[in-house]
Amino acid sequence: MSEIPIERIAKSTPPAMARSIRSLSDRAIAWIFISPTIFLLLAVNIFPLVWTIRLSFTNYRVNRPNAEVDWVGTQNYERILTDPDIWATMQATAHFLVWTIVLQVLIGFTLAWLINQKFKGNDIWTTIIVLPMMLSPAVVGNFWTFLYQPQIGLFNYVVSFVTGANPTSFSMIGDVDLAPWAIILVDTWMWTPFVMLICLAGLRSIPDSIYEAAECDRASNWRQFWTITVPMVLPFLMLAVLFRGIENFKMFDLIVQLTGGGPGNTTTLTAIDLKREAFERWRTGFASAYAVILFVTVFGLASIYVKALNMVKQH
Amino acid sequence: MKIWEELNMNRTFAVSAVLSATIMTAAGTAHADDLTLCWAAWDPANALVELSSDFEEETGHTMNFEFVPWPNFADRMLNELNSGGQLCDLMIGDSQWIGGAAEAGHYVQLNDFFDTHGIDMGDFIPATVTGYAEWPKNTPNYWALPAFGDVVGWTYRRDWFRRPELQAEFQETYGRELGVPETLAELRDIAEFFQGREIDGTTVYGAAIYTERGSEGITMGVTNVLYNYGFQYGNPDSPYEIEGFANSEGAVAGLEFYRDLYECCTPPGSSDWYMSENIDAYRSGQVAMQMNFAFIWPGVHADENVGGDRSGYFPNPAGPEGHYAQLGGQGISVVSYSDSRDAALEYIAWFAQPEVQEQWWKLGGYSALRAVVESPDFAGSQPYAQTFLDSMAIVRDFWAEPAYADLLLAMQDRVHNYVVAGNGTAQQALDGLVDDWVEIFEDEGLR
Repeated sequence: MSEIPIERIAKSTPPAMARSIRSLSDRAIAWIFISPTIFLLLAVNIFPLVWTIRLSFTNYRVNRPNAEVDWVGTQNYERILTDPDIWATMQATAHFLVWTIVLQVLIGFTLAWLINQKFKGNDIWTTIIVLPMMLSPAVVGNFWTFLYQPQIGLFNYVVSFVTGANPTSFSMIGDVDLAPWAIILVDTWMWTPFVMLICLAGLRSIPDSIYEAAECDRASNWRQFWTITVPMVLPFLMLAVLFRGIENFKMFDLIVQLTGGGPGNTTTLTAIDLKREAFERWRTGFASAYAVILFVTVFGLASIYVKALNMVKQH
Repeated sequence: MKIWEELNMNRTFAVSAVLSATIMTAAGTAHADDLTLCWAAWDPANALVELSSDFEEETGHTMNFEFVPWPNFADRMLNELNSGGQLCDLMIGDSQWIGGAAEAGHYVQLNDFFDTHGIDMGDFIPATVTGYAEWPKNTPNYWALPAFGDVVGWTYRRDWFRRPELQAEFQETYGRELGVPETLAELRDIAEFFQGREIDGTTVYGAAIYTERGSEGITMGVTNVLYNYGFQYGNPDSPYEIEGFANSEGAVAGLEFYRDLYECCTPPGSSDWYMSENIDAYRSGQVAMQMNFAFIWPGVHADENVGGDRSGYFPNPAGPEGHYAQLGGQGISVVSYSDSRDAALEYIAWFAQPEVQEQWWKLGGYSALRAVVESPDFAGSQPYAQTFLDSMAIVRDFWAEPAYADLLLAMQDRVHNYVVAGNGTAQQALDGLVDDWVEIFEDEGLR
């Protein structure tokens, strides 16, 4: 019988090294195995975070390498929290976040429920529906810019066809009132399929036996929906909301392509504003404080949400 | 005058001979280098690639090019400079970067090099020297060689302007001939006249103007009106004293004019337009006039749909308080982090030669060398050459301070917010701008 590889390795290990390895505890060996990962984590995640926090208390500007860097205490934080423009940006982000999530959950769940009904060709429909989320946000932003063009855009012509309004009489991305809805519409178009897929997974995970038992108890479809379908899909739905919430909180590429943050600052979301502070105004210290505030906000909200998610799962 | 011209020509040829000899000597002794020149991705960059092949032949160096589209140009290149990157040996950077790049040590100061090689800044159009090369402004400290003269001007559909029925209608409506506008008020009338008009079965619009939000677009547009209505960046005797200058009564009227022009006479959906969108609108026959930098004129002239005699060019019209136009264009600098500094300097010396500059103009690059633009046959060499000269004579530029990006973004925010988004009043927009600028200058320790 031939030797197994581990025995070959053990035999070929020099006796001195073998002795020192034998003397290691299980805990030490575990540390040796996980230390590269910990080192990588520290280098890529923790160190930049600590460095960002440190910079947030300074007036450092990366484009002024020769300038003196002063410790400014909490001045950057105070300026951010009292700046009405930044609060307007936060409001724009909240508006975008709330409406995209509400629409995506409603439409995504409805689509998932429809697709979950057994009908001919539902695989093809599923494929067609998920196509938008496979596209690059830059591509989506660009072609929706064309769709929204008042003179040549298909969107305006469709609205014109339905409502009778002159297609050149409104500009979805040039009007202060319409632009926030224009970006919500595009994000909803693109990411509803993602919510739909998660909901579909939830719907398909519900055993048929539960519905059969409910039918034996003469429960109506409506009752089955509210007492079986919704509670059992809820953890999946909450997961989708978490993913979309985090993604949309840091939304950048799609909006930059569509509106550039305009008109005015109407669609300037926090990620766009942060990028401008960091890489256009080059106020590195200020931008670091901004990033820390956003990090704490997202981390805090996500932690509360995950706790709620776990409670729903246990329930 | 003739003697001066002769002297000037003699001096030009003498300098040219010295530079040629220097380059040839350098080519004979130095090793061949790989040089990378960074610039924006636009038509003149293609002309520069063509022009630079002569440099490669003469010196044996290899030229590589890194061209970035305008909307990302500043982001990409300033990141490169700020990180001490070695991608670019030569940078044709925007005029407003000069202060920051000089003070942060990104560019090599060229005074000694110019002295050694007989390159005299007096040989270049003065506005381009101040705009593209000097820091601090109006001091003989040079960080770039003027490379591409540019200025905002206007292109118009001469074929439409000449139509007898339109001329008659315009005459009847406005009591004057439909022609090149002398003033901004006249320009507005013409734009209004064409707005929504059916021409050859297509609805056309008055004018394409700069409204872009993300980079510098609306600032480069609105300043053409603000300057002419009395806007000043600051007190001429105390430059960082801006209250009452940047938000003067005239400046407010100018900003109101720009918003009115945007509201009355631009194509629907033009809320975020800059150079390329304006070109597209003009070439596709959507607008009667377009505001744009002069660099587009060779392309317009050669265009199948609107080129040749169908288009004309005119400088930015005067306003009630003056006659100015926004300076564009760039200087070429040597990046201090380059490992091939000598070869990069060699390129600058080669590029400064009058015959190279003449060729540069022929290929579509706007030379800033006086020997080229002041030569007797220059004005007639292209249909837009005289307009270029007239425009370059009236230029003004945005701040070029190290904090220019802060200053620019504040103006982009405030102006776009008023002109396009329609928030608040012009007075509030400019008062807000003054507050922003004061805060920036205070942060910079300049006030």
